[in-house]
Formats: sequence, C-alpha cells, structure tokens
Amino acid sequence: MSRSEAAALAGTRDEAVFSEPWQAEAFALVVALNERGVFSWTEWADALSAQVRHPDAAADGSDYYDRWLAALEGLLVHKGLVAQADVEALTAAWHRAAHATPHGQPILLENDPMQAETGV
Amino acid sequence: MAHDHDHDHHHHDNDLDPMAARVRALETILTRKGLVDTAAIDTIVETYETKVGPRNGAHVVAKAWSDPSFADWLRRDATAAIASLGYAGRQGEHMQAVFNTAETHNLVVCTLCSCYPWSVLGLPPVWYKAPPYRSRAVLDPRGVLAEFGLILPEGQKVRVWDSTAELRYLVIPMQPDGTEGWSEDRLTELVSRDSMIGTAVALAPEAA
Repeated sequence: MSRSEAAALAGTRDEAVFSEPWQAEAFALVVALNERGVFSWTEWADALSAQVRHPDAAADGSDYYDRWLAALEGLLVHKGLVAQADVEALTAAWHRAAHATPHGQPILLENDPMQAETGV
Repeated sequence: MAHDHDHDHHHHDNDLDPMAARVRALETILTRKGLVDTAAIDTIVETYETKVGPRNGAHVVAKAWSDPSFADWLRRDATAAIASLGYAGRQGEHMQAVFNTAETHNLVVCTLCSCYPWSVLGLPPVWYKAPPYRSRAVLDPRGVLAEFGLILPEGQKVRVWDSTAELRYLVIPMQPDGTEGWSEDRLTELVSRDSMIGTAVALAPEAA
C-alpha cells in the first residue's frame, strides 16, 4: 500500500459500499443463506479466506467480490446444493436473455430465446 | 410538449457483465430450490447500503465516553452492551471492545479474509479487505499507521487484534481533551470509522 493510496483510502469516509449491483446481490445471497442455516459463518469465512488468499488474488483487493462469488459457488457445489453444470447453463441462459432484451427494458430470464430447447 | 429530439432507435443488445450473469444464475437456482427469496435479498442489500454504517459504532463510542457504567459494561460484555443500543450482529458473532489508552493503541485487522464488525461499522472499506493491509498490519503496524498519517508517541505500544468469524473487535478511541461534558450527539461527530478500526484517532474538537 503506497502512501498516496493509503491517504486516499483513509480519507474516503462516504465511499459506496458496493461498486456494482451484482456485488450487492452476491453479498446478500451469502447473508441470506447463512441466516437460513445453509452454512455457518465459520464455514463461510473459511471458504472466503481460501479465495482471497489465492496467489492470483489482486493485490489491491479489487477482485474481492469476484472472490466472494467464487467462494459462494464453491461452497454450494461442495455441499451438493448446486450443480456446477447448472450454474454454467443458467449463466449462459442469462447472457442469451440479455442479448434478446431490447435496450432499456428489464432483462428477464424468460427472454432467453433458447429457453424451450435448453429447459434451464 | 413535442418530443423533437431524436431518440436512439438502434436496437442495442443488452450485455450482462459476466459476473452479473453468474450471480443471477446462482440466485435463480437458489430461488427455485426455495433457499432464498428475492424480497429478502433486496432487504439485505438496502440495509447494508443505507442503514448500517459507522454511525452506529460512533454512537457506541460516544456513549462509552459519556457514561462510565456503559463503558464498564462494554468492557465486560461488549456483545450485550452493543445489542442494548439495537446493533446486533447477524451472524451470531461476539464483539469485544478494545479501549485505547495512553499506553496502548489498538489496531484491528482480519489476516484471513475480511471479518469486520458489520453491525457497528457497516461493511469494510476496500483497503481493509486488500492483501497489503491484511499482511502488513501484523508485521509492521507502525509503518501502516504512518501511511494513514498516524504517528503514535514512542512510548505508546500498538496491539493488533486479528478478527475471526466468531469474534470481531471495535476500537474505543481515547476521548479528545476538552470535550468533557459534551452531549453524546456532539461527541459522535468526533468518531470516524477509521478511529474505530485503529488507523486513526478521534478528531480533535476544533477539527470536527
């Protein structure tokens, strides 16, 4: 951490909590699943820790929520609650739905033109 | 009124950021399984974006400064004392208040990941979650504090507290001189987020 970095960061008292909406959603999913008892906070901290300590993690912490989401996916797959293949299939479906949605309208999964064929 | 400006009628595709698409995929799966519901997710986001923040912690500190019996309670059982003000942790974690003195300055870090006392400080700042702070706060706390512009007197020790999923720390900074008898509200203004992590001290009355 450079002096200017630290100074700049230390001075930001009102910075936004999340820089993009998906980060807020990923954050809230973890809180909601913990409150529901799907995993304990210790389990979560271990999963997150393994991710943020990964050698490829960004030195400035800018990929923190990328790591957060990877930890969540990993934990849910490990617990057998979510199949990795389903995550990939639905991610692709959401991308297709986004492309098929006219600009300015909300992106809905139903807009995926391949929904009938893929059944996701 | 006539709309005489040109609307852009090109049919641009929407693009989802790859991470945004992954979150939506996960949320879709979990919703279908009945493990989360969208309204609960929205409430959590709203709470952490607007309702929970360092003002809560500043309230705790100001009360500790102005009410010795509360300060005492905070020392003995911070979890209960803080909960009495309506700030309860959501993950069932325990809180410990660490009081700065002329002899000891306290600094909080989470070397493992980013454990942080959300209920009183909101979500952690970017630097708290970044590897340089997590690794250097323990190895070279004085160097880190200097980068935050905080030079401690030589005789003051630095004690570093490493947070865990079960135990989170709140630094109670020393009350600035010349603020005895101030109201809690006024005192709250002197308590910054960083002073409750330990990378700053409370503001002097003339600076607030």
